[in-house]
Amino acid sequence: MNEIIFKTEGLAKTFNRRKIFKDISFELKENSSLAITGKNGSGKSTLLKILSGILSPTRGSIEMNIGGKIIRHDSYFKKLGLVSPYLQLYDEFTGQENLELFRDIRGIEATDNYIEDLLKLFKLWERRDDFVRTYSSGMKQRLKYAFALLHNPSILLLDEPRSNLDAEGIETVYKIMEEQKKRGILIVATNDSEDIEHCEQLIDLNKQETSGK
Amino acid sequence: MRESLAATLTIFKKDLRSEMRTRYALNALLMFVITTLSIILFSIGNENVSPELLSGVLWIIIFFSTMSGLSRTFVSEEERGTVMTLHLIAKPLSIYFGKLLFNLLLLGGLNIFTVLLYLLFVSGFTVLNYSIFVTTIILGTLGLASGSTIIAAIIAKANTKGTLYPVLSFPILLPLLLTVINATKLSVSGAQFSESFGEFQILISYLVVLTAISFLLFEYIWKE
Repeated sequence: MNEIIFKTEGLAKTFNRRKIFKDISFELKENSSLAITGKNGSGKSTLLKILSGILSPTRGSIEMNIGGKIIRHDSYFKKLGLVSPYLQLYDEFTGQENLELFRDIRGIEATDNYIEDLLKLFKLWERRDDFVRTYSSGMKQRLKYAFALLHNPSILLLDEPRSNLDAEGIETVYKIMEEQKKRGILIVATNDSEDIEHCEQLIDLNKQETSGK
Repeated sequence: MRESLAATLTIFKKDLRSEMRTRYALNALLMFVITTLSIILFSIGNENVSPELLSGVLWIIIFFSTMSGLSRTFVSEEERGTVMTLHLIAKPLSIYFGKLLFNLLLLGGLNIFTVLLYLLFVSGFTVLNYSIFVTTIILGTLGLASGSTIIAAIIAKANTKGTLYPVLSFPILLPLLLTVINATKLSVSGAQFSESFGEFQILISYLVVLTAISFLLFEYIWKE
């Protein structure tokens, strides 16, 4: 397996003059996991957006190193998957069309069988030909997981992983979290104690310190 | 490089397919052209309007119809919240060029439709040199699509998207508009093709500069 190192140094974000967080530093290697907690508005989702390369930090740096090669910031999307309440898929396409579209834009070799497996795993196979706009919020959340796992990411970022999911969906997500730890890095932004139990390290944005559990 | 080109083409195809299903921009553009042209025809009535003046009116229709629909490529992604998804699947430049290709196709189709209607219904507008006219429409379409795509990316982040688009576009597109109006005037006054070289040089330079600036700036616009 390729060695994976994902580290940040002194990350800070301010919007206008409002400081969201400052001095976030951590280093994660493969088979590790990190939970990010904090009150509402403490910047958990913002931090996840910065880690996934969607937003730039005001200060600080991020380094992703896979197999001894430093990954350029504009290529982070190839190596990581993100599930977040803010993420929206295309309503005017069906569930299957969405996944095929993302596969084609990414230029990856996910076979039709793999897409079928993902849709079956998330119990969406029966509704694969329905437009996403007809999906319930829980089904949309499950499709987001299929989207995030389509390219077998080395780093999986989950923002509020259980939101809108039923008990069966939550169980599937926990399985995925455990599998992700075996093949790469898992980062979860949550305040749910059960989610936190699946992670070895913890950052509390209200205290702003990294600790082992 | 090959990978980015494939992503660009897939984003273009995605936008095309999405447009066919939602008709976000197409209906707005077509309705705008038809209503504007109708108002112009009513206001002209039986008056004799010079072809030179009608050349300007043609580009006014094209400019404002562009403003009514071309921002949708980025604005609809922003409004529907799919911007984050795009961030997570492709490099910024693939997204920019995919959107540019789509706007080019949309504006190209729209301009053909507008010009045909204009030639058909506006009786005082007679083109005497079609080579100048067609070249002007092609270069004008390329310039307008390039300019309006990068401006759409900028205004998609703003709160007052609808009003900001023409306001911000006007100073940026003004050199292009003045030049295409001049070139169209030459085509209706029966000038030789060589007489419009100056206009074409300006249009080509404008296109190259604007596309190069967009290429350099898009990543910064896209990320914040």
